[in-house]
Amino acid sequence: MIYALLFYRFFLIGLLAVGGGATTIPFLFDLSAQYHWFSSNELMNMIAVSEATPGPVGINMSTFAGFKVNGILGGIVATLGIITPSLIIIILLSKLFGRLSCHINLDEIFKTLQPAVLALIINATIEITWLGVQNLISSCILTVLLFCMFYFKKSPIFYILLSGIIGYCLQL
Amino acid sequence: MNIYFLLFYSFFKTGLFTFGGGLAMLPLLKEELVQKRGWLSDDELLNYFSVSECTPGIIAVNVATFTGYKLKKSLGAILATFSVVLPSVIIITLIASVFSNVTSLTSVQHILNGIKIGVSALLMKVSFDLGYHIFKKNHNKIFPALIFMSALFLIFICHLSCALIVLLALLLALGKFYFQRKKS
Repeated sequence: MIYALLFYRFFLIGLLAVGGGATTIPFLFDLSAQYHWFSSNELMNMIAVSEATPGPVGINMSTFAGFKVNGILGGIVATLGIITPSLIIIILLSKLFGRLSCHINLDEIFKTLQPAVLALIINATIEITWLGVQNLISSCILTVLLFCMFYFKKSPIFYILLSGIIGYCLQL
Repeated sequence: MNIYFLLFYSFFKTGLFTFGGGLAMLPLLKEELVQKRGWLSDDELLNYFSVSECTPGIIAVNVATFTGYKLKKSLGAILATFSVVLPSVIIITLIASVFSNVTSLTSVQHILNGIKIGVSALLMKVSFDLGYHIFKKNHNKIFPALIFMSALFLIFICHLSCALIVLLALLLALGKFYFQRKKS
């Protein structure tokens, strides 16, 4: 059953993608390689749209990927899948600790996970750059954008919109 | 007004006006939940954020679940969570329905190609920030470096899936936690 599989795969992403939106991306590349639900180029388009539309990027990408697999219902099932682990874990945590503080244990565990998550994100970054930045002009734009990100602390959506406008003006 | 309706309204609005998610949501949530509604204190919101960052799942969703639970237990948690993702589901479904027709337009392709470069730059910045956070602010640099190198090795040479890598790191974390507790 496609819906059960879809729910299961996105449940797994919700369970294992610690740290939010960017961590979801490497998991989606895994899905595209494993099931051929969408090609990596289609995935690139989904990520681009998800970054440029309102809402948390992780949720946008799940809805989009689910829709690609099986229409409206697919989008809903994938989104339900990715939020269910959060719901369960956060409700349990709220029940366990009356007053919440980032418990030292949780923090210690997170510190061990972080370097592994960094490796995953770097892998996805390489893949996305390989697919999306293919000529000299694109590489120059990438360098300028990166430079701006480090020197002017504008919000990510500013750079996403800017890069869209640059793409349109330069006919990339 | 009914508290359930207000919960729905507040989180629907947050979902609708957040771009990017994660930390970008903090000012918006602060205005809505702390200043306007008085549901949370500044400290509580920051606490929710820091716990959400080190628990699995999308940060925006985790904060919504926490706040909903605080106000109206499990039902509130479920309602707040659904409300924060609903705008995404509606907007993306609408876009996805026309997407295959729209991508054939060359102007849309140009825009998307531009955004892809932006996403690439954004991810590089995210990687850099995370790496800086791990290696500059940690006293112990060798242990994270070892985990990082072995994760890279497992990804590039052994082609392990992301799920397996995170599970292995989680096992290692639990093992380390267990031994430290045994020692003290």
